[in-house]
Amino acid sequence: MQTKQLFVIAITCLLAVGCAKSTKPDEGAADAVGTDDGEISRQAGIDTGSAAGGTEYLEPGMLPGDSTLIQETVIYFDFDTARIRPDYSEALSAHARRLVGNQGLNVRLEGHADERGSREYNIGLGERRAQAVRQVLMLQGVSAAQITTVSYGEERPAARGSDEAAWERNRRVEIVYSE
Amino acid sequence: MNLRRLTSLLITAMALLSATPATAQLRIEINRGVSEAVPVAVVPFGYDGPGQAPIDAADVIAGDLERSGRFAPLAADDMISRPSAAREVNFTDWRLLKTDFLVIGSLLDQGADRYLIRFQVFDVFRGAQVLGFQIPASADSLRAASHRAADMIFEKLTGTPGAFSTRIAYVSVTRQGEKDLYRLFVADADGANPRMISESSQPLMSPGWSPDGRRLAYVSFEGNRSAIFVQELATGERTEVSARPGINGAPAFSPDGRWLALTLSGQDGNLDIHVLNPATGQLRRLTKNPAIDTEAAWSADGKSIYFTSDRSGGPQVYMVPVDGSSGARRITFEGRYNARPRVTPDGASLAVVHNDQGNYRIALVDLETKSTRILTDGRQDESPSLAPNGSMIIYATRIAGRGTLAAVSTDGRISQTLAAAAGDVREPVWSPYPTY
Repeated sequence: MQTKQLFVIAITCLLAVGCAKSTKPDEGAADAVGTDDGEISRQAGIDTGSAAGGTEYLEPGMLPGDSTLIQETVIYFDFDTARIRPDYSEALSAHARRLVGNQGLNVRLEGHADERGSREYNIGLGERRAQAVRQVLMLQGVSAAQITTVSYGEERPAARGSDEAAWERNRRVEIVYSE
Repeated sequence: MNLRRLTSLLITAMALLSATPATAQLRIEINRGVSEAVPVAVVPFGYDGPGQAPIDAADVIAGDLERSGRFAPLAADDMISRPSAAREVNFTDWRLLKTDFLVIGSLLDQGADRYLIRFQVFDVFRGAQVLGFQIPASADSLRAASHRAADMIFEKLTGTPGAFSTRIAYVSVTRQGEKDLYRLFVADADGANPRMISESSQPLMSPGWSPDGRRLAYVSFEGNRSAIFVQELATGERTEVSARPGINGAPAFSPDGRWLALTLSGQDGNLDIHVLNPATGQLRRLTKNPAIDTEAAWSADGKSIYFTSDRSGGPQVYMVPVDGSSGARRITFEGRYNARPRVTPDGASLAVVHNDQGNYRIALVDLETKSTRILTDGRQDESPSLAPNGSMIIYATRIAGRGTLAAVSTDGRISQTLAAAAGDVREPVWSPYPTY
């Protein structure tokens, strides 16, 4: 369900040219980081303009459809687990193909937890999630040197509030590209 | 590029900034005190000097005694007489007011920024002095001298050393437009004099005091990674002591101040407890387990480290000897979640974050009987830290959606909240006793 929602948002973005600021949950956090790395990955999708009748722009190693799949840069998790839901496998494979095909490209995996429980322990939970995504990418051939992980625990929530709706948006790994 | 990002994003205020926003000031409210609080009268002090008295020392002392929850100070308006010297005391007045103890005193301006706070404590029933003392001070230290007087009075009357001269470090988070601003503060134990010691647009967390109370270790995420810094409070000078690949977290000074226990994960993300000598760079790994091992706390004798580990499934507290002579031993068994241990000064108990039917609460675990006593009733209580006299635990809670500090006595009878005017406050850590 989550995936479908994101997929719809990604498609909407493709249609509306220049829609760099979507309602995706990672937007606020990405702004807080202030990194332009995240923006680069998003612009790759916007520039194709495939909705206007052009053809999909594919970086080396990427398959048709990948430029849409890599729009999905936030992986959400269930409570108290670092298990990656199967519905993310396609998107992660697309990210892996992009990284394998572009050795100069690096990615930072930012792990997060919801606010419940102890803060430093939550740093551990966020790291575990970031590592789970790292493992998936490495199993598909991405070099360890291209990946760094950082865990923010509960320190940088994407959603405010102390209810399940906020918590499920905060248990996440954000995929942030950099050259 | 990295450097530019650092400079553009990082607003690091290193020196002790004199101008502190009023929003950071904590206001203490007592929610629950002991019903048998001892009635005491702290008479407004006499003043011998030019102009107005530079401080209302009696007010500071009465406030300290009241916030402890163990004393009920008489309002100054209700006093029949206002003696400031022993010969002016009429014990009948105070017996009429049902006051058990009487504190009088005076402040002397001796010129050239030299002051003397003189105070006496009387047992009203016996009509006899139980304590008399004088403390020299400068204009800058008058408040500290008043807290010290309160410490001495508290110890004389309860048998427990006072902790009013201590300080509290805490993290404040305020929303600045689209961004969060993280700030590390140090304030007096009564919430007065908040001083910002660090500020960043990236998270600051896990402050920990050096045993001499002169330095703070903390974690900063500036530059999109975690690093541990140690900062001198007097000068604001800070040193990066650990910025290894992966997590650098949960710093804790050893009781002798020479070592830092910390959590490192390496690139592969396996969190383990290490000890680091920041002066020599010597680093030793204490745990080697694929689970999350973090939140180290030193035993009082410095020979063992308590920590959180989820090696058995959920988080529980374990203990490992620092000399590596044996492996880790599990300490907590009651409940499915016990984390972030802090040892009481007598070494007999651990304050932990305990999951009580879905609510995160502060509990005390008796190390001998292993029994767990829940002290708080919030839904998201965390980050317990003990006063150096072992009487109170300060912790973080949420009230009406906002991060707030609260304190509870270790016997559970007294509770207070310490609310900031704006933003969230969290991760309070109680300083050790000051060194005189």
